[in-house]
Amino acid sequence: MDVGFSVRSEAVGAMRTALNSAENLQLTLKTGLSQEEKALTHAERSPEETRKAGNEDLKEMLESNKESLKLEAMKRVVGLIAKGKNASELFPAVVKNVASKNIELKKLVYVYLVRYAEEQQDLALLSISTFQRALKEPNQFIRASALRVLSSIRVSIIVPIMMLAIKEASADMSPYVRKTAAHAIQKLYSLDPDQKEQLIEVIEKLLKDKSTLVAGSVVVAFDEVCPDRIDLIHKNYRKLCNLLVDVEEWGQVVIISMLTRYARTQFTSPWKEGAMFDEDNEKAFYESEEEKKDQTEATPYTMDPDHRLLLRNTKPLLQSRNTAVVMSVAQLYWHLAPKHEVNIVTKSLVRLLRSHREVQYIVLQNIATMSIQRKGMFEPFMKSFYVRSTDATHIKTLKLEILTNLANEANISTILREFQTYVKSQDKAFAAATIQAIGRCATDISEVTDTCLSGLVLLLSNRDETVVAESVVVIKKLLQTQPTQHSDIIKHMAKLFDNISVSMARASILWLMGEYCERVPKIAPDVLRKMAKTFTAEEDIVKLQTVNLAAKLYLTNSKQTKLLTQYILNLGKYDQSYDIRDRTRFVRQLIVPNEKSGALNKYARRILLAPKPAPMLESAFKDRDRFQLGTLSHSINSKATGYQELSDWPAVAPDQSVRNVEVVEPAQESAPLVGKTKKPKSSDAKFYSDDEEEKEEEASESGGSEGSSSSSSEESSSESEEQSSDESDETSSDSGKSSSGSEKSSSESEPEQKKKTKTKKAPQKKSKAAAAASSDSDENGNGPVTRDSSSSAQSSFGSETDSEDDSDSDAPPPPPAQQKKKKSDVKAKLKVEEKSKMEVSLLDLNDFSPAPANAPKPAVISPSLLSDLEGLSLSNVSSTVQVTAPSFGPVKTHELLHHMTGKGLSAKYHFPRQPCLYQPSMVAVQVILANSSDHSLEKIHIGDRSPAGLNIHCFNTIERLEPEASVTVSMGIDFSDSTQAANFQLCTKEDQFSVSIQPVVGELLMPSTMSEQDFSKEQGKLLGMNETSATVAMATANTSSQAVSKQVLSVANVGVVSSGPNDLHRFAGRTVSSGALVLVSLELKESSALLTINTEKSVMASMLLRDLKQALALA
Amino acid sequence: MIHSLFLINHSGDIFLEKHWKSVISHSVCDYFFEAKEKAVDPEDVPPVLQTPHHYLITVHRGKLFFLSVVQTEVPPLFVIEFLHRVADTFQDYFGECSESVIKDNVVTVYELLEEMLDNGFPLATESNVLKELIRPPTILRSVVNTLTGSSNVGDTLPTGQLSTIPWRRADVKYTNNEAYFDVIEEIDAILDKSGTTVFAEIQGVIEASVRLTGMPDLTLSFMNPRLLDDVSFHPCVRFKRWESERTLSFIPPDGNFTLMNYHVSSQNPVAIPVYVKQSISFFESGPCGRLDITIGPKQTMGKTVEALMVKIHMPKAVLSANLTATQGNYTYDLPNKVLVWDIGKLNPQKLPNLKGILSLQAGAPKPEDNPSLNIDLRIQQVAISGLKVSRLEMFGEKYKPFKGVKYVTKAGKFQVRT
Repeated sequence: MDVGFSVRSEAVGAMRTALNSAENLQLTLKTGLSQEEKALTHAERSPEETRKAGNEDLKEMLESNKESLKLEAMKRVVGLIAKGKNASELFPAVVKNVASKNIELKKLVYVYLVRYAEEQQDLALLSISTFQRALKEPNQFIRASALRVLSSIRVSIIVPIMMLAIKEASADMSPYVRKTAAHAIQKLYSLDPDQKEQLIEVIEKLLKDKSTLVAGSVVVAFDEVCPDRIDLIHKNYRKLCNLLVDVEEWGQVVIISMLTRYARTQFTSPWKEGAMFDEDNEKAFYESEEEKKDQTEATPYTMDPDHRLLLRNTKPLLQSRNTAVVMSVAQLYWHLAPKHEVNIVTKSLVRLLRSHREVQYIVLQNIATMSIQRKGMFEPFMKSFYVRSTDATHIKTLKLEILTNLANEANISTILREFQTYVKSQDKAFAAATIQAIGRCATDISEVTDTCLSGLVLLLSNRDETVVAESVVVIKKLLQTQPTQHSDIIKHMAKLFDNISVSMARASILWLMGEYCERVPKIAPDVLRKMAKTFTAEEDIVKLQTVNLAAKLYLTNSKQTKLLTQYILNLGKYDQSYDIRDRTRFVRQLIVPNEKSGALNKYARRILLAPKPAPMLESAFKDRDRFQLGTLSHSINSKATGYQELSDWPAVAPDQSVRNVEVVEPAQESAPLVGKTKKPKSSDAKFYSDDEEEKEEEASESGGSEGSSSSSSEESSSESEEQSSDESDETSSDSGKSSSGSEKSSSESEPEQKKKTKTKKAPQKKSKAAAAASSDSDENGNGPVTRDSSSSAQSSFGSETDSEDDSDSDAPPPPPAQQKKKKSDVKAKLKVEEKSKMEVSLLDLNDFSPAPANAPKPAVISPSLLSDLEGLSLSNVSSTVQVTAPSFGPVKTHELLHHMTGKGLSAKYHFPRQPCLYQPSMVAVQVILANSSDHSLEKIHIGDRSPAGLNIHCFNTIERLEPEASVTVSMGIDFSDSTQAANFQLCTKEDQFSVSIQPVVGELLMPSTMSEQDFSKEQGKLLGMNETSATVAMATANTSSQAVSKQVLSVANVGVVSSGPNDLHRFAGRTVSSGALVLVSLELKESSALLTINTEKSVMASMLLRDLKQALALA
Repeated sequence: MIHSLFLINHSGDIFLEKHWKSVISHSVCDYFFEAKEKAVDPEDVPPVLQTPHHYLITVHRGKLFFLSVVQTEVPPLFVIEFLHRVADTFQDYFGECSESVIKDNVVTVYELLEEMLDNGFPLATESNVLKELIRPPTILRSVVNTLTGSSNVGDTLPTGQLSTIPWRRADVKYTNNEAYFDVIEEIDAILDKSGTTVFAEIQGVIEASVRLTGMPDLTLSFMNPRLLDDVSFHPCVRFKRWESERTLSFIPPDGNFTLMNYHVSSQNPVAIPVYVKQSISFFESGPCGRLDITIGPKQTMGKTVEALMVKIHMPKAVLSANLTATQGNYTYDLPNKVLVWDIGKLNPQKLPNLKGILSLQAGAPKPEDNPSLNIDLRIQQVAISGLKVSRLEMFGEKYKPFKGVKYVTKAGKFQVRT
C-alpha cells in the first residue's frame, strides 16, 4: 500500500514537471515564432509599400468613367498577375467592372476574379449575381464563359449556386455549354467533395450525351470524380468507341485510357497461354479467325465483339498528328490487343522519335519497357535507336537501354560495333552507361561473353577514370558468372589498382581479390598491405571491402596476413562510421577464435567463402511494366497520386449484355428506329445502332449550331458518310460478300441471306441516313467514290436502297432488274423498302425544317363547320403524327365558384379532354352551373377577363337558371401552354364573381397517336435540354401496364403509344396551343421507374414530371 | 490535369505564371532549378521531375522553359504535346516565341492561355478557333483599337468550335484563291568513318498554304504513293480515303498548316547526296591537332546542293582553330566549342576543302574521341525519295484556284562519324 502510494505520487510529480517544462517549451516556441512572423511580415510589407503608389494610380484608373482607361488599367493588373505579383488590394476596384459591356475588359476582370476570389471571398460574392444573370443569356458563348468563371471561383459559400448552375448547364442546348459544365464538375468536386453523389448524377447524364464536344470533358470528370463507377460506362461504351474518331484530340487521349481500364475489367484475356513463345503459330491462328468467321467456332477463345470494336476504332488514331493520341493508342494495343496485333503500333511509335526532345524521352521510356517483353516488335527498327552525338544525355541512355534489350545472337555483333563508337563518346556518363550495356549483353548472350570481357579489359587502359571504373565494376560482375579461367584478368586489375581512385571500382577490385584470393595467392596479401596503409583515407565502401578482404585472407592464408588483419580490424574498431565499426566487430568475432565466440567460429569459412550466385545484370526498366504504359507513373517509375491500377483480365468475362443499348434507354431515343424491328439478339448488328444516332446527332447539331453555314453541315454529312463507309467495310467483312456477289447469289443462299438482312437492318438504315444526309456532297462530286464503296460494301439490301436514295427520295419504283432478281422474297423486301422510304422522307424533313411534323398548315375552319366534324381528328398534324381521339380517364371536377360566395350560384368545371370546337388552340372546359338559391338567376355570362389578352370562347349567355337546376356549358380557353390561371368574371344579372380556372398541366395536352418508331424518332430530336427525367418509386399496385397507363392518363391527356410487351411505356401528346410534342416514356425497373419527358416546353415538362411522379407513387 | 504553367528563361527567371486551379507558389520551381544546375546542357534537364507534392513536366523551346505543374496522374505526353502547342501558338501569333515578345504581349498571352485550358484540360487549341476568339496583334489593329476603343477579343463562339471541322472557320473569302504545297524531305543518316552508311532514312512532310474561298474540298493524289510507309495526318485528312485509295482528301484549314508527315519505306535504298572525306587527328605530343575535310557530290539527282554547312562539336580541350577554307568561311564558337563551316553551293568541279591546325589546351590530355560532323544541305526541286504529286483537284467551289507544288530535300539529322 505504502509502496503503491509513493510510486503514484512520484508519477504525479514527474508528470507535473513534464507539464511545466512543456509549457515553458511552448512559451518559448511561441515567442520564437512570433518573432519570425514579425520578420516575415515586415519583409513582405516593404516591397508592397514601394509599389503602393503605382497601385493607387491603377485604382484611380479603374474607377474612372472612361472605358479605355479601365482597360488599360486592367491590362496592367493582368501584367502584375502574370509576373506573380500581388494585386489583391485592387479587388474592390476591379470587381465593380465585372458587368462591363466591353468584352475584353470583362474577360480581364474574370482573370483577376478567378485569381483572387479565394482570398477575398466576401467581395467576390458581389460578382456572383452577374454570372447568374449571364447564365441565362441567349448567347451560348456568354453562358459558357459565365459558368467557367463562376465555377472557377473557389469560394465554398457558392457551392449550392454552382451545383444548380451545373445541373442547368448540363441540360443546355449548346454542347459547348455542356462541355463547360463537365469541366465545372471537376472544379466543384475539388472545392467540395461532399457533392460527389449529386455530381455523379450529372456525370451520368452527360455521359449519355452524344456530342463529340462533350465526350472528352465528361470522361475527364468521370476519371476525377468517380473512376470506379465502371457501371456508368457500360451503356455508353459502344457510343464512346464510335464517337472516338471525331472527338477532339485531347478528349481522345482521356477516353482511350479510360476505355483501356474499362476493357481490362470487362473482357477476357486475348493472350493465350504461352503465346509469348509461340508467336508465329498464334498469328496464323488468329488471322484465320478474322478471315473466316466460321472457323472461330472451333477455337476456345473468341474475342468479345465489343473488345474488337474498341481495337478497330482506335487503330486509325495511330495516324494522328498528336503524339499523345498515338501513345495512348499504342498503350491500348499493348494492354488489350492479342499479342500478334500489337506490332502495328511499332511504326507509329518509331515515327514519334522524330518529334521534340521531350516527346522522344517519353516514347523511348515506353519503348524500353515494351522491348524487354517483346524484342521482336522493335528489332526491325533497331537502327532508329542508334545514338547521335547531338542527342541529350537522357535520350542517349534510353536508346542504349533499348538497343541492349534488342540484342540477340543475330544482331549482337552489329550492336557491339555500335557500342564501340559510344564508348569513345565525349559524354563520359554515356560512355559509362555503354559499358554497363556491354556487360548486360555479355551476360545475356553467352556467345559473346568472352569477346565483351576482353573488350572491357582493353578499356581498363582507358585514360578516362569513369570509363575504367565502370569497366572494373562490370568486369567484376562478369567474372563472377564464370570465375574459373580468368585469374590473369584479376591480376591485371590488381596492377591497375593503384591508378584507380573511383571508390566503387576500388571496392570491386578488393572484393574480387578476396573472393578469388586462392587463385591469386601472391597478389592478394600485397594488395591488403597497400590497403592497410591507406585505410583511414578510403571511402566507406572501400573500407568495408578491405575488412572483407582481410577476413577472407585470414581464413585462407593466416600465416601471411594475421598481423595485417589485426591491424586493419583495430583501425576499423575506431572508425567514425558505425557501419564499419559494426562490421569490424562482427568479423573479429567470427574469425578470431576466443572463448566467447561459440559455434559460429567453426563455420566462418563456410560463411565468408560460400559460393555466391552471380548477379543478374538487368534492365532498369524491368519492373516498369507494373504501370500502365504512357502514364506519369510509368515515366517516374513510382506510383503518382491518382494513378489507377490496371486490373488483371477477369478469368470469366462479366455479363456482356450490360453494354447492350436497349430501346428503352432514354438517352438513346432514336435507337428504336433501328432496334425495334428486330429483337436485340445479335450483338453484331447492334453495334451500329449507336452509330446511327451519332450521325443524326451530327446532322442535327450542325443544323442547329448558331451561324453554321450550310457548307459546314455539308461537311459533317460527308464526314458521316465516310464513317458509314468505314463501318460498312466492316460489315462486309462480316458477311464476306460484296454487293455484286450477293446480288447474284443463287436461290439456295437466299434464305440465309434473308436472315442476314434481318440482322443487318441496322447498318442499312444507318447508311441510308448517312446517304440521305450526304446528298449535298454528292452533288459536289466528291462523294461518289466513297459512296460506291460504301454501297458495295453493304449487303445487297443496302446497295439497293442506296441507289434509291441516289435517284431521289420521292420514292421511285425499285429498279426492275433488281426486282426480278429478288422475286423470291419480294414480299419481305417491299416491306423493308416501304419502311426505308418513310424513313428517308422523315430524315429529309429533319434536315430541312426545324419542326417537321407541323409542315402542313391546318386549313382555317370555322367553328360551326368544326362542330360538324366533331370527333374526327383535327388536321393540325402531319400524316405521320396524328392527334387522336382522347383516351378517357376518370374526370376530375374542380370547384370554380362555391354557392356561398356565389350567392347561390355554384360552378364547377372539368376538362372533358375533347378537342375544343371553337379554336384548335383552346382547351375545352366544361362548366356546370347550378343554382342552389331559392330564386332563379338570370343572364349568366362571362364578364371581364384577365390577363387582358386572354382568349376565351365564352358560352352563350344563359338567360335564366331556375332554382335547383343546373346546366352544363362548354368553354374554350387558350392557356397558351402555360399553367397560368385564367381569371374572369362570372356575371349574373345582379352580381359579378371573380373566378379563375387553374389548368392542370396534363390538361394542356391533347393525345396524339404515333407508332413506336415515330415516337423514338421524335424523341431523338428532343434531347438535351428538352429532356427531363426522374426516377420514380413505383407503388406496387402500379406495376402492371394497365395500371401505369391508367395513372398516366389520369394526370395527362396523352395518347398511349402501342409498343411491344416490354417494360417501357410510351405516351405522346401535343400541347394544345402550340402543338409542341410532349413525349412521355416510362421505363419500369423492379420497384422504381425511370420517367422521361421530352418536349420543347421545359417548364411544362418539369411540372408534368412532378404530377406524374405523384400519381405513380401514390395509390 | 495541368495545374499551373511557369515560363522560365535561360538565366532562371520566372517571367510569367498562370494558374488554372488554385495558386501554387513558384517555389515549386526550385526543384527544377536544382535539376537544371545538375545538367550540363539545358537540353539535358529531364522533362519529367518528381517533387514531394507535385510533378513538373518541362518543355524546352526557343531558349525558354515551359514548366507545367501537375498534381495527379496524367499521360506525360499529353502535357508535353500541349505545351508545345502553346509554344506553337505563340509563334503563330507573334512570329516568334521568345521572352521579349511574350513580355511585350503579356495580356494577349494571358488571354490565350485562359482560352486554351479550362481547369487544366485543353479547351481550344486549334489556331483558327483561337484567332476568332483573340485576334492576333497587328500594328494596324492596335491603332484602330486605340481610336475606336474596340478590343481584340471576340464575343461570339467561333464557328469552328462547334462544327465537326474545328480547323476551318466559316465565310472565308479571298480575291486570289491559291493552294500551295511544299513537299519537304529530310535525310536522316549516320555515316561511319569510312563513309559507309550505318543508317539512313527519309522523313517527309507536306506543308500547305491554302487560301481558298468558301468550303473547298481538296483531293491530292500521288504518282507513287507506295513509297510512303508510315504517315500521320492533320485531322482534316479523311483516313478512310487514304486507306482505300491512297489519296489525300480533305477540307483544308485556312492558311498555313502541316498536311501530313510521312516516312519513306526502308526497302528503298536512300540516296546520300554528298560524300565527306575527312581526317581529324590529335597528336599525342604537342598541343595541337590537324583537320582536313573535303566534301563532294554523290547522288544529287542532277541538281545542285545548296546551303551546305558543316557543324562540328569539338572536344572540350580544343582552344582555337586555324584553318583555311577553299570555299565559304568558318567560325569557331569557343564557349560552345562548335566549329561551323558555311560552304554554300557545292561546285562539283571545285570541291570545297577545309584544312588546318587545331590548337589544344596546354597540358590537357589528348581527346579520346574524334568529333562527329553534322551536315546541313538543301536540294531544291527534288524530293530525294522520288515522291511526286500527280494532281490536286478541288470540289465544292466553283472558282479555279492557283495550284502549286514545290519539292525540297534537306539534310535532317545527318551525321558523319570520325
